[in-house]
This record gives sequence, structure tokens and C-alpha cells, in this order.
Amino acid sequence: MPQEHRLILKYADQPGYTPDIDCYLRHGGYEMLKKALALQSKDLPGGKKMSAQEQVRDEVMKSGLRGRGGAGFSCGLKWSFVDRKSGKPVYLICNADESEPGTFKDRQIIQKDPHQLIEGMILSCWANDVKLAYIYIRGEFAQGAKILNRALGEAREKNFLGKNILGTGYDLDLWVHRGAGAYICGEETGLIESLEGKRAYPRIKPPYFPAVLGLYLCPTIVNNVETLCAVKHIVAMGGAEYARLGTPNNTGTRIVSVSGHVKKPGYYEVEVGKVTLGELINDPAFGGGLRDGRTLKAVIPGGSSAKVFKAGEKFKLKRKGADGQMTAVEVDLLDLPYDFDSLAQAGSMSGSGAIIVMDDSTDIIEALSNIAEFYAHESCGQCTPCREGSLWMAKALHRLTHGHGRKQDADYLLNIAQNIQGRTICAFGEACAWPVLSFVKKFKDEFENRGATDEAKRTAKGTGPMQEMRPIARSAALR
Amino acid sequence: MNFAVPTELETEIDELITHYPQKRSASLMALHALQGHFGWISREAIEWIAQKLELLPINIYELVTFYPMFRTNPVGKYQIKVCRTLSCALGGSYKLHEYLCQKLGLDSNAQSLQTTKDGKFSVEFVECLASCGTAPVMMCNDDFYEGVTAPKADEILTKCK
Repeated sequence: MPQEHRLILKYADQPGYTPDIDCYLRHGGYEMLKKALALQSKDLPGGKKMSAQEQVRDEVMKSGLRGRGGAGFSCGLKWSFVDRKSGKPVYLICNADESEPGTFKDRQIIQKDPHQLIEGMILSCWANDVKLAYIYIRGEFAQGAKILNRALGEAREKNFLGKNILGTGYDLDLWVHRGAGAYICGEETGLIESLEGKRAYPRIKPPYFPAVLGLYLCPTIVNNVETLCAVKHIVAMGGAEYARLGTPNNTGTRIVSVSGHVKKPGYYEVEVGKVTLGELINDPAFGGGLRDGRTLKAVIPGGSSAKVFKAGEKFKLKRKGADGQMTAVEVDLLDLPYDFDSLAQAGSMSGSGAIIVMDDSTDIIEALSNIAEFYAHESCGQCTPCREGSLWMAKALHRLTHGHGRKQDADYLLNIAQNIQGRTICAFGEACAWPVLSFVKKFKDEFENRGATDEAKRTAKGTGPMQEMRPIARSAALR
Repeated sequence: MNFAVPTELETEIDELITHYPQKRSASLMALHALQGHFGWISREAIEWIAQKLELLPINIYELVTFYPMFRTNPVGKYQIKVCRTLSCALGGSYKLHEYLCQKLGLDSNAQSLQTTKDGKFSVEFVECLASCGTAPVMMCNDDFYEGVTAPKADEILTKCK
């Protein structure tokens, strides 16, 4: 039986568990910080020494932890890229700009267990010689910001933060910085610009890799909320032990957000790769299945930027056989292990760990139109293909959902999307192109039929190919 | 027009500035603080922050126009934001928006911000509020509400005095 494996959310939903520091301390809080601070440098063969901080960084590397924000990049590697010889200060920023449609996991940690995040951050800062760090929290999380500020005050009072932490001589300041409603701030270089008090225009890489030229052009680490919490557990268990959770190359636990047409939408912490997409949707321990009398139509597996899966799809995955040889195995959509690599091999991604389920009552064109409107609204406007393209796609989909479609709109959409991806400074280009490419390719008949039907209606009425558009209410299909 | 920032608010902003090695970084937090007090960001507020942070007014104005949460016009005393993105749309947010608009005498076909004649309520659609598992969701000023049914919406509106 597939089950949750709660590591980060172990206490969050227990009755009586509160976000204050006393409760956190009663549950073993800040013990890992004390443990790390007490570490001694270790002698290595060959007369070299490994500092206490290096040991923690080494454990994170061994843990195989991959970023939980969306890209799934190795946390240990990210830390190893930090330019430590520049003589400049190193900054750490927690990316709490949780904005990817479908994702609602960081919110749980911030509201229910803020001290776990703070302890994870202090550990990560200490391990990377960071003296100043920020939590960049999205503006709409006003309550979350208050909870974090209160928690930071408590931590300062107990000397887990501030000057000379617990008498070790280590100083760390940690502040909450609020965004103001722009999705692009979740992109790490956009986030950095925003934290510098500018519009969140992502920076071009190279040269602006945060690990070298980040905040104030100093080396900077940007990690997701859940990733930083995992660091605390890696310190507790040791990297090797942590890596035993989950599956090879997809280690640890991960909080999956399930929403849309399931009986039990919610957040579920599971071992990465030990549970399948189908179980997350249908098992009573997770999504609990579709609403009665409904069948599956489509699933977005990793936040709205991920390519959609159509019900009944099959994929060829590479698997290591008993003889150690890689062979291709056919896997049904619902049997896909929910991990980084399997979903990537199936042509999509696990992204921010957000599954959006759509049943057969969903108008797929409306659904894509909704997503396209999101991206048109959120494009920062810096790169022309994205600024213009995201809007054109939203307009074409608006036409298709309001009786003004054309038969060629499906190809028109594909053409625009293909001209956005790979032509922008940041990954937003892909994020707005991928849903359009996948929805239109996988449900092409629906898009073409809709356009053809609209055209036929116009011909019958003799109203010509296009009428002037005016803003009108969305159709009832998604209501 | 008189524009005066109360001493406590100025002290709060001065304290926020100390969080950053460069003053300019405090601009978003200063904008939040002023909008929290005045309800919107006026020209005078922009000039005040620019002076405070040793910047040009355009450096602040470009933030106000870029970040959706900042307002360049007064809004209702209670600002209602309904999430319109996919999971909430699948979960009935368009119905919720329509219900609120009808109840408050606003145009349910409009997506952008509208304010009631008495200036008490503003209603608008916003993008994902990151609580997709409890759709539909909305905010009323800083308070967050999940799984908002019609009776729950009524309850929220009644609490707004």
C-alpha cells in the first residue's frame, strides 16, 4: 500500500502543534543547529583538514537532494558553484514566492512550522559562510510574512540568530522581504533584481549566474522553502541515510500538491519515486480518485508550466534490467513513478510537484485558455517573443472559447509557441510555450473542430471570417 | 493635497531600510508600508519614498506599475481578490466571482478591479493564490479564505463593517 512518508510535515498537522518557538523546541527544534555548530574539523588522509562547514556541505552533496522549487537541480552542486574566493560576501535567499499554479506546499510549512524553515536556513547559511540572508515571500502571503516575522523575533531572542549565535562567534541576520504579486519573481535572477528594489527582469546567463554574480553582484544561493527544510533532515540523518529515502537519483521525500477534479485534493509528502502518478490521483491515501461517474481526461503533472498528459498515454522509459543493461520498458501514464527522471523521460516534468487533474467534464480549450491568460498576465515584458507571443496565444484562445475560432488556430498556436521557446532570457518562455504545445498537439482534433464549427456558424450567418472582439465574459464551460 | 507620513510609520520604514546593505532594496517594503497605511500609492507617496531612498521618483513609479499589488488609485475599504487560475477555475471560482459581483451590484463580466459606489468593497480576479487544494479561494484585505461557497462568501461580507 502506498503511503505518505512525512519528514518535513511530520508535526505540521498534528493537533496542538503551533508555530511558536516553545512548541518547536519541545519537538526537538534547533537541536540540529546545535549539533552542527558543535562539529569539529575532521582530519583527512594526506594531512588535509575538512572544516565543520565543509562536512555539512558534503552531507548535502551525498544526500542527492534536488531542488524542490521546479528545476530539480542538485542542491549540493548548486552550493559547490558558489564563488568562495571572490572576497565578496555570500548571500542566501529562500525562494518563498510560491506562485506556480497548482502548488501549495510551501504555504503549509510557512504557516504551520516556520521555525523548521528558519533552522534549515540558519544551517545552510552557516555551512556556506553566509552572514546575511532573506526570505523572499510572495506579497499575497501577508499572514505568512507575519508568522515568519514573529518566528524570526523569537529566534533572535533565543540567540539562534543575530550576533555570536550560541556563543560560537557566528553572526547571521535574516529578514523577510515581501514581493508584490509578480509570478516572475519566482525565477531566481528575477527574484534577485526584485530584492534589489527593481522590476523583476530576469538576468541573462552567462554571466549572471547567482553563484557568482547574484545579489548586489555577489555570490548568492537561492533555494526553495522545502529544499532548505530538507537540509535540516540531512544534518539529522546524514546524507547517506537521507539518500536511502526515495529512489536512486531521486532521493528523499517531496511534498506533492494534488488539485483539480479529485475527491481529496491536498498536499501529500511521499518518498520520491516510490509512488506512481496514478496512486497520487486515485489511492484513498492520496487524491482518492475522480468524482463519481467521471473519467480522467488530462493531468498536468508538475505545475501549469509542465506539459500535459492525456489519459491513456503510454511512454517508453529506460530501465536498468537485472543484467545491468538499459532497456526500454513501456509504462502507462498512471504507472509512471512520480519522480524527476521518469516524468522527464515521459516528456514532461515534476516541476514544483503540483498535479492538476482534469476529468471528462473539462473543456480542454477553456483549460488552456485559462493557463494562457495567466502567462500573458505574468510575462515580465523584457523579451519580445514572450511578451508578444504570450499575449497572442491568449488572444487566439480567447477567440476559440468565444465563438470566434478559426480552423487554422491550432497550427497558429503551435507556431507561436515554437517561436517562443528557446528564444528568451529565462525559462518563462518555455513555461508559457509548453502548455500550449502539449495541449494543442495532444488534443488537436478538439481545437480544430472548435475552429471549424465556429467558421461554419459564421458562414451560415454570413458574418464573414472575423468580427471585432470586445471583452466578454468567459463561457460557462469551466464553471 | 496634504501628504504626511505619521512618525511611527516613518520609524517603521527607517527600520526596514536597515535590513539591507543598499537602500534601494527597501523600496518594495516601503511601498507595502505606505499602501498599508494610505490604501494606495499616490504621486506624493512615490516622491516621498524616492527621497527617502535617495532615488529618482521614476525608480519607484516603475515598481508601482510593474507589481500588480500596488494601486495608483484609491480602492474599496475591503479589497476582495478572487483567484481565477486553473485549479480554482475548475473548482468554481468564476461562479464565486459572479456571486460576489451580483451581491455587490458590480459587473460580473469584468475581470479587472471594480469598486462599489459607496467605496466599501473592491472586487477583482487575481492570478494563482497558491492554495489550489481548497478551491475556490479568495482574499479579503490580508485575510485568506479557502473553499468559499456562497454562504461562506455571505459570512465574509457580513464581517466587513
